[in-house]
Amino acid sequence: MGITFEMIDDILIAILSGELDHHTSLEIREEIDHTFDTFQANNLILSFEKVTFMDSAGIGVVMGRYNKVRTKNGKLALTGCNHYIDRILDMAGIYTIAKCYPSINEAISALREEKGE
Amino acid sequence: MEYINQIKLEMRSKSENEAFARSVAAAFTSQLDPTVEELTDIKTAISEAVSNAIIHGYQDRDDGIIKIEMAATATSKIIIVVEDKGVGIEDIEKAREPLFTTGNSEERSGMGFTVMESFMDKVIVESKPGEGTRVTLIKVLDQTNGF
Repeated sequence: MGITFEMIDDILIAILSGELDHHTSLEIREEIDHTFDTFQANNLILSFEKVTFMDSAGIGVVMGRYNKVRTKNGKLALTGCNHYIDRILDMAGIYTIAKCYPSINEAISALREEKGE
Repeated sequence: MEYINQIKLEMRSKSENEAFARSVAAAFTSQLDPTVEELTDIKTAISEAVSNAIIHGYQDRDDGIIKIEMAATATSKIIIVVEDKGVGIEDIEKAREPLFTTGNSEERSGMGFTVMESFMDKVIVESKPGEGTRVTLIKVLDQTNGF
């Protein structure tokens, strides 16, 4: 599992790639939290576009990051959830805490709009 | 029931082996001409079962042994058994409930069994506290895909 980061204003964008399971989730959640703190981000976008496999460990990653951004009164947005990832996230009711957008740009716009209100 | 193929596999309860179990399940299932969706369903279900064995059965210890058996029938039925000799489950019915998780861990979704049940046709859980857990995953593939 790989992860790359981008930062736009106070939004940290974590682009995940590869297989997200119990094993890989242990590493990436620490890496995301560490980067989130280091760059003093308030909002987080998790991109699943390059994720080739995900089981229920992915639900834990999203729930945990939601709790993380809430400590900063920030928002969490998801992008690039394919059919398989969507089934698992939907099953756990994840969309009640974070929406999934087709692209990173749309997620950024949505986070900015919500802040503007 | 007559099987057209069977395999047995033993591995240590290391979390790296979750990906290995998925690969083996995918390779074994491939002989039945599954759809991409069916293959993903099976990979996801075995990933949940093996993760459960490691996290709950062996409490994240990596020196336990996980036994996996796979069988395929001529009627395109795939049967996967994942067995551990870990702590076992006190209340199986409760463990199978969506969002239920044992309190000793952070960031557990409690959705493992729910995912297995929705992606497979049948999930059988046998367990005794102190003795271990045996999960049987069964799926009948749509035969119209093969030729």
